[in-house]
Amino acid sequence: MLTAILTGFSFSVLLIFLGRFVKGKFSLLPSLLPLGLFIYFAQFIGEISQGKTIVRNYEWIPSFGVNLSFTLDGLSLLFSLMITGIGFLVFAYTSAYLKTHKFLDRFYGYLSAFMAAMLGLVLSDNVISLFVFWELTSISSFFLIGFNNTNEASRKSALTALGITGIGGLLLLAGAIVLGSISGTYSIAEMMQDPSVITGSEYYILAVALIFGAAFTKSAQFPFHFWLPGAMKAPTPVSTYLHSATMVKAGIYLLLRLTPVLGGEAFWNTSLIIVGGITMLYSAVHTIFRTDLKGILAYSTISALGILVFLIGLGTEASLLAAAVFILVHALYKATLFLITGAIDLGTKTRDVTQLRGLRRVMLPVAIAGVLAALSNAGIPSSIGFIGKDLIYEGTLHFENSVVLLTALALITNVFISYAGYVAGIKPFFGKLPEEFKETKYPDFFIWFPPVLLASLGILFGLFPGLIEGALIKPIVSSLNLPTEEIHLKFWHGFTPILALSALTIGSGVAMYFLLKPSKKLENFINSLEVISPKNILEQFNNVFERFSSLWTNTFQNGYLRNYVSTIIVFLVALVSWVLLQNTTYKIDYASFSKLTIYEGIVVGIMFFAIIFTVFTKSRLAAVAAMGVMGYSICLLFVFYSAPDLAMTQFAIDTLTVILFVLVLYRLPKYLSLSDYKNRIRDGILSIAFGGLISILALEVLAQPVNEEISEFYAKNSYIEAHGKNVVNVILVDFRGADTMVEISVLAIAAIGVFGLLKLRLKSTERGQR
Amino acid sequence: MKTIILRTASNYLLPILLLFSIFILLRGHYLPGGGFVGGLIASIAFVLHAFANGLKDTKKLLKFHPGYLMPAGLALSFLSGLLPVVGFDEPFMTGLWLHHPLPVIGSIGTALFFDIGVYLVVQGVTLTIIFTISESA
Amino acid sequence: MELLLAIMTGVLYAAGLYMILRRSLVKLIIGLIIISNGANLLIFLLGRITKGHPPIIPEDAKMFSEIYADPVPQALILTAIVISFGLQSFAIILVKRAYKVVNTDDIDKMNATDEEV
Repeated sequence: MLTAILTGFSFSVLLIFLGRFVKGKFSLLPSLLPLGLFIYFAQFIGEISQGKTIVRNYEWIPSFGVNLSFTLDGLSLLFSLMITGIGFLVFAYTSAYLKTHKFLDRFYGYLSAFMAAMLGLVLSDNVISLFVFWELTSISSFFLIGFNNTNEASRKSALTALGITGIGGLLLLAGAIVLGSISGTYSIAEMMQDPSVITGSEYYILAVALIFGAAFTKSAQFPFHFWLPGAMKAPTPVSTYLHSATMVKAGIYLLLRLTPVLGGEAFWNTSLIIVGGITMLYSAVHTIFRTDLKGILAYSTISALGILVFLIGLGTEASLLAAAVFILVHALYKATLFLITGAIDLGTKTRDVTQLRGLRRVMLPVAIAGVLAALSNAGIPSSIGFIGKDLIYEGTLHFENSVVLLTALALITNVFISYAGYVAGIKPFFGKLPEEFKETKYPDFFIWFPPVLLASLGILFGLFPGLIEGALIKPIVSSLNLPTEEIHLKFWHGFTPILALSALTIGSGVAMYFLLKPSKKLENFINSLEVISPKNILEQFNNVFERFSSLWTNTFQNGYLRNYVSTIIVFLVALVSWVLLQNTTYKIDYASFSKLTIYEGIVVGIMFFAIIFTVFTKSRLAAVAAMGVMGYSICLLFVFYSAPDLAMTQFAIDTLTVILFVLVLYRLPKYLSLSDYKNRIRDGILSIAFGGLISILALEVLAQPVNEEISEFYAKNSYIEAHGKNVVNVILVDFRGADTMVEISVLAIAAIGVFGLLKLRLKSTERGQR
Repeated sequence: MKTIILRTASNYLLPILLLFSIFILLRGHYLPGGGFVGGLIASIAFVLHAFANGLKDTKKLLKFHPGYLMPAGLALSFLSGLLPVVGFDEPFMTGLWLHHPLPVIGSIGTALFFDIGVYLVVQGVTLTIIFTISESA
Repeated sequence: MELLLAIMTGVLYAAGLYMILRRSLVKLIIGLIIISNGANLLIFLLGRITKGHPPIIPEDAKMFSEIYADPVPQALILTAIVISFGLQSFAIILVKRAYKVVNTDDIDKMNATDEEV
């Protein structure tokens, strides 16, 4: 199973090298990947429908309890099949849709990376690895939304989407960690064994709130919904795949997956009902104000996601069953509607519903798909949408309180959604074909076939619900720890209140379709209300934040090296001297110090004057010479204090440094003193404080006893184990040989750097620009 | 700085200094010295020669760019560390020794080859730096 | 003597920092060199200084019989000295190149990012 996930990523990497083949006549080839994966997952249907769960475990960071454990049960199977199945159609569709696009290979790369991440998300049993895949879907969707990266609006939408879903991802991580520390495990399966540990914990509310944050942002719930309409800037295959069928359902998946663990509590249910209810109504009403086909579909998608959250919130067996069915229903018809939108856009170059008419004459198969999807969307009997809608009403009707309110809410939402479906799926195809669309090219096979296939599946499953009942729906319900005996998906229930509600929905939808025409006036009206929308508020917040951060940056990262260094040193001196003031005894043990002899005194004196001279001289050459004197005095100090190796090295290096300076000296800038008097005094005080601090620290350390363990080890074993008598050299080449190895590599890198900097010719644009 | 005295002297000094640097390198295990110092002395020898005779002559004498000493030395050091892993199934950088010390050099072991690698790298680095700088200065 | 060395270390650090805080590029490099010398001296001093007993085992013995200077700081400093040479030469060349490109010795004039150019 890990392989199945990794193939997507590795394919994506592979495309970097093989991209140009894909751009040519083999553009259909990448769709074999999702097809293969679809077949792979489909072969599990048998086992899963018998109630089995397939678990694969790979250790990742066992010490933290983070494993790559993958579980395939009913819920993840449905999602895997949707991801790979719709993925296959989208891949094939893309091959025709973006046929001549310059970056088709990139697109496939992002798409397959996304598919892999999404598969990982729904298969992960470990919440931490789930988080990792969650973030990967956000990132890959960022690239997909911003695919037309020359378009500013597209870049902005991508950033908004990444921001919102990214924040959600962080909340998920926090939530996962809270869950993990409450229950002591990161495995969802293990949490499910004893949910009372979590529901009874005092941190339950916190954990649930964090998970909600993640799910609501990802699944575009109010008030985080606004990134989804923006994300419609992406090419249509992306909208189909990510923003209707798979990624936005990740939040739904998370909620469903955690229902057995976290559900059943009042906080869980009420919040979900409220948020889901607001979202579904708010965006359902929003659909009538839109004229862009994709905009309409985006809002009706948000509304559908709201319904799903709402159903999960109801939390009864009937409502969870409804949610499970509705996920599939929605994926089938909404993907179809998006795909036909793409076909229309490709053919007529517009997505404006006020202009589109009569297209059935030029793209008949697309029109058929559109009508079928609209029927399924509206819940006309014989479509799977009918079953879905039935179950939704059954869920609301069998809830313990506020039946009327909830049912009314669902009813209104469904009416608006079915209206949106008619507008998107039927309106563009009927009526008189305008002149300008007469020349529209007949769509490619891979443009019309995927929507037709998806729409027909919707009808097929509607007529024969038994096809999916045992194979897909029952396992989902059982993976939520609920009984499955009562489930019978039926095409015909007889005359019940539910049927009446369905009829009412369809009727009102149709009525609305004829009474209400999408128009620019309505759209302008709603746009004028944008000021108080969550999106605008967030943007304002962003602006303030950006201004603050640039202020902050300009204050501290001002590009003046001196200021950086001074700031660091000031803080260092202040902090260390504060600690020193509190803890120091200032006892200097003069007795333990060695005596000062005359020649030592002279050497130190020379060194002192050399340093002073280096600092204050006005001549470069004099400074270099004085620096040499300083180096040689240090070299003498090494000689005095039993470090012959150091003395030799210091001597050689000092010679070389002076040679180096002399070689480049006259190529270097003149030795100017640029700072003014005040600055010099300020820097001088800071430097003396810093030097004094170092001296005091050194004396403090000298007053402490030495730990000679390490030195003794080396001294003892130098000859016995390493056959050498010069302990310093033995440490370098034997005991710590690996360190030396790295050090000489660093040296080599420095030399290559020098070589490169000098041999590299300056470009004419770089030379003497200022 | 192309005086006759310096030029003549440097011609004799170069081999002597090089010999001295190798001497320093080899005795490093028992007495002060070793790869780092040895390499530095050798490069000073070449730099001196370059000062006296011009860089061109020194380069001619060297026959190849000193930069090649770096990979050679790195490879030698690395291989001497790798030998115990490949040949004797011991951890990386384990010291291996011949049982009987040779005259003059003393015991021969992987550490000696490691030190020779260091010697080459240090020499390559300093010469590369000084040569490129004096070429472009 | 240790007292004197501790003070010298402080002087080295102070001088190095002062040079780094100057606006001239060459002074910056000299400051770096002085500070790295100071660091070497500090490590050397903190490893305790011993007179006249280098960490070399006498010819006829297999182990030290009397006191010896601590070899560990010496090994550390030895590589530090050589590496600082690499660093210095790299810094010098960087300065030279920066000087060529930007045509100024004043570090304060090098505070623009690429975008602002």
